This record gives sequence, structure tokens and C-alpha cells, in this order.
Amino acid sequence: MSQETHRSVRRRGRNLPLHVVLIAVGAVMAVPLLYALLSGFKSTDQLSRNPVGLPHPWVVSNYGDILKSGSFWRLVGNSTLIAVGTTVIVVAVSALAAFSFARFAFRGRELLFTLFTMGLMFPFAVAALPLFLLLRSMGLLDNPLGVILPQAAFGLPMTIIILRGFFRQIPGELEEAATLDGCGPLGFFWRVLLPMARPALGTVSVLAVVTSWNNFFLPLLVFTDNTWWTVPIGVQQFQGQYSADTARVFAYLVLAMVPALAFYSVAERQLVGGLTAGATKG
Amino acid sequence: MTSTFLSDQQGERNGPDALAAVPVTNAARQRSRRRALHWLTAVGLQVPALALFGVLVLLPILFALYASFFRWGGFGMPSDYTGTDNFSRLFQDPVFLGDLWRMLLLVVLSLAVQLPFALAMAVLLNQKVRGRAAYRMLFFAPYVLSEAITGVLFSMIFAPDQGLADHVLKAVGLGGLGGEWFSGTSTVMATLFLVMTWKYFGFHMMLYLAGLQAIPAELTEAATVDGANPWQRFRHVTLPLLAPTLRISVFLSVIGAIQLFDLVWVVTAGGPDHHSETMAVTMFQYGFKRYQVGYASAISVVMFAISLVFALAYQRFVLRRDLEGATTNMRGAGA
Repeated sequence: MSQETHRSVRRRGRNLPLHVVLIAVGAVMAVPLLYALLSGFKSTDQLSRNPVGLPHPWVVSNYGDILKSGSFWRLVGNSTLIAVGTTVIVVAVSALAAFSFARFAFRGRELLFTLFTMGLMFPFAVAALPLFLLLRSMGLLDNPLGVILPQAAFGLPMTIIILRGFFRQIPGELEEAATLDGCGPLGFFWRVLLPMARPALGTVSVLAVVTSWNNFFLPLLVFTDNTWWTVPIGVQQFQGQYSADTARVFAYLVLAMVPALAFYSVAERQLVGGLTAGATKG
Repeated sequence: MTSTFLSDQQGERNGPDALAAVPVTNAARQRSRRRALHWLTAVGLQVPALALFGVLVLLPILFALYASFFRWGGFGMPSDYTGTDNFSRLFQDPVFLGDLWRMLLLVVLSLAVQLPFALAMAVLLNQKVRGRAAYRMLFFAPYVLSEAITGVLFSMIFAPDQGLADHVLKAVGLGGLGGEWFSGTSTVMATLFLVMTWKYFGFHMMLYLAGLQAIPAELTEAATVDGANPWQRFRHVTLPLLAPTLRISVFLSVIGAIQLFDLVWVVTAGGPDHHSETMAVTMFQYGFKRYQVGYASAISVVMFAISLVFALAYQRFVLRRDLEGATTNMRGAGA
């Protein structure tokens, strides 16, 4: 017992430089976020007189005004709708394709799979211009589908790769058993494979939600009027509009960060698991 | 490879041979009908994905290739064919040549600074350190914020005179160093890179942590028993075993530098005087602001070509070693 304590004291002493490094890096990471949070509680006048200290007095109206305004909630609603729509489509479509890649042997399978994996290397910017023209001719500008469908399409490669990996791990005996019990391929997919792959489906869904939530380029192209603006577009516009009222912009920024950070804290495991699985299996 | 009775390639290879040997009987006919059904199901499942991917990913890329040979404003179909004029103009355009140079700069900085830093943090946090989980969450958190939000945040932190950065510098008596940040032609790229590092090193650190955790402790223990010091253990055991993860992270980093857009657009829109412009920003300027869609398409095509050549070369010369490594390892383990 006391030996344990001794060892841990000694270790803590030896680790001092390590802690100094971690605390320094942690401060650099945290300070911008804390600075924004505190600045949002100041008035702009106060912010210029007292840029770094604690707010005195604490001004809650910046945050309150934004939360009371409908426009902020509309951004959040739009972003949510688009993220959910994208996720449902990309996961459903990818699950079917990944099922086929993982469980069927057919001519051209490897070629097709290579085609999808190559999609991982295409920068979105390459397709942006003709995609915009295509969406314009389909009448999908200023329409949430104009963002949802392309996002789903660009999310396919990663989602298919991850799901295919999981589907392959499910033992063939289960498939045989299901077939003997009278399941066709689709019955097996629906009743056995999907329920078993629930963690994997969670992972790819979290990835899709985060990617959609953070997308800026595509909503920038597709939404010309503000009805459908998403959070990232709203933040950029707000900064332009209220550039003189710095404190209010900080409050807006902080509120815009909250949904993403909250989602991250809830779904951390799935997100990190998905990224590491996606990166190493890609 | 996991094989099931449906996807078993061995089984498929046996299938046609077995069929060829047997005369066409009722059973064989039934079997070929079943095979046709099997093929139909397999391909049918691919149809939604193929349609989505084909129409919204492949088609636009092919169309950009087509449009890049025209002088075209983006309305109607392109008709004013100009051959490779757009491309020759591109390679005389100082802004575009600058884009290429800045892309290289970001790649080099990422590989030389950001990734080693991420690796160092991963190694530190792979030990039993107090607060390790909290540090991991904190270092990774910026990755979850959109580039647009990150951009607005840092444009305010680096605002000349009133921003946090300048206040801090003044407080420590280095006020003369601040002031420019995103607004100076010589400082804007360095400041952008700082922000990119803040936002992305945690992502690479997470990849490395996952890689480090997959390294069996017995290997480093064995090296310790053999008298290796910590640096030697890192250099000769950890680093080689982490190599596949490092190669993936390098790949993602380079692809990210090629397509950088959001952050730049939000913070500087390419300025001052094009000094932070990236290929995607130049493309956006020409395509959506100046309606030179043919010329902008040529930029897309070059961007595509660079990604493709890089990706193929990387896969051919770098990633392939991972597969070879894996098979030798397996043989080693089997022996």
C-alpha cells in the first residue's frame, strides 16, 4: 500500500515536464474557446476596455437576444433537418451497397468497389462548379435536397467502406442458418445483418451528421436566400452584419459551437471509432 | 478475408467449372437461373448507390473536364471551343501559380510540423497520465467545429490591435510583433497554418493513439529487456509498427491541403492581394463571381489531376508496402 503511494509520488515527480507540456498545449487549445465564451458576456464597450479579464458586470443580453430571436433557431433547425436527411439517405443507400459488396460474389465487384473508394480522393471543390449547374437545371437551388443529395453522394465512399468491413465480420454460419430458416438475401439483410451491425450503423451515422453539420461550401453554393441557411453560413453572415458589435458576434459564435460540441460529448466513442476505422480501412 | 457461402470466391471459381463438366440438365438449368437471380440481387443492391454517385459525383467531374476546353460563362451549353487555351492561360496566371506554391507550402508545413507534433502528443497521452481522457477530449474538440466557425473565431482573435493575440503580445512586451496576422502579405499563411494546426492536430493525434494502442505491449517490453532505451524503443519498435497509420495520416493531410477552401474563404477570402488564395478559392472566384466557368473548370481539372496523381502514386509506392508488410508479418508469425 505505502509502496504504491511512494511509486506514484515518484512517478508524478518524474512526469513533471510531461505535465507542463500537456497543460501548456491544453491552455492553447482551451483559451480561444474560453475567451469567446467570456467575451460573449461583455458589452462591446466593456470588451474594448477590458479585453482579457472576467466580465464586470456580466452581460447576459447578448446570449439572451440571440436565443430569443427566431433566426438562430431556424439555422439550427435547417442544419438539423439537412443533417438528418443526409444521414438517413447515405446510411440506407450505403448499407445496401455494402451488403452486396460484403456478401455477394459477382463479376465486376472489385472494379465497382475501387470506383467507390476512389471517391475518397476527389476533393469536393473539383465537382462544385458543374454540380451547382446541375442542381440549378434540376431546380434544386434554395432547396434542402440540393444539399442533402450531394452530401449523401459524397459520403458514400467512406460509409460503404466502413459498413462493408463490419458486414464481412458477421459469420457465414448465421447466413446459412437464416437461409435454412427460409430467409432470402433481403430477409437476412433486414432481420439479421442490420440488427447485428447496429454499432457500425451508429458510427457511420455520427460521422455523417458531423460532416453535414460542418459543411460550408455546398450550402454556400445552393442557398442564395436566407430561408435555408445553415449554422456555418449563418455565423459567417452574422459576423459580416454585426462586425462592429464584437461581443455579440462572440456570443453568436459560442451558441453556434454548442450543438456540435454537445453532440461530440454524447457521441465521442462512435465518432472517434468511425474516424479511426474509416482511416485505417480506407 | 472473411468468406461466407455467398461471397466465397473459391466457391464462385468452382461454380462455372463444375457446371461445364455436367451436361445441361434440369438441375443445371435451375442452377443457372438461381445464379442469374443471385447476380440480379447483387447488382440491384448497388443501383441506388451507383445512381447517386454517378449523377452527383462522377458526372460533375466529367463535365468539368469537358467544360475546361471551352470559353464559357455558365449559361446554356458550352459552344466556344478553345482547345487547351484555358490550361495554358492557367499556367501563366501568377495567382494560380501562387496557389500551387501555397499548396506545397501547406503540405510541407503539415508534414514537418503538424504531424510530428500530433505524434508527440499521442505518445505522451498513450502513457498513464493523470487527466489523459480530458486532454484527449480537449485536443480533439476543435476538429468537431466547422471550419467556418473556427475561421470566424480566429479572425476575431487575430484582429489587429483589438484581438486577443495582440493583447497577449502587448502584455508580455512583444507588442511590436502583432498587428498584421491575417492582414499582412507575409504573415497570413503562417497565421492560417497556426489555425489549421489548432483545428486538425487532434484528429491526427487520435489516429496515432488508435495505432499505438494496437501495438502489443509485449514488443516494447521485450525491447526493454534487450536493453533498449526509450528513444530506441520508439525509433525501432513503435515507429515502424505505427507506419501504416502515419501513411494514412500523411495521405489525409495532403488531400486536405489540396482542397482547402472553407477556412480561407471565411477568414481572408484569399487576401490580402491573393496571398492566402488556394486553388479552390481561385476556382470559386472565377466560376461564381466572374462567370468564367470554362476557366474555373480548368482549375477544377488541375485540382482533380493533382489529387488523382498523388493518390495513385501514393497507393502504388507507399501504401502498397503496408500490404507487403502485412503478409511478411503473417508468415513470420506462422513460422
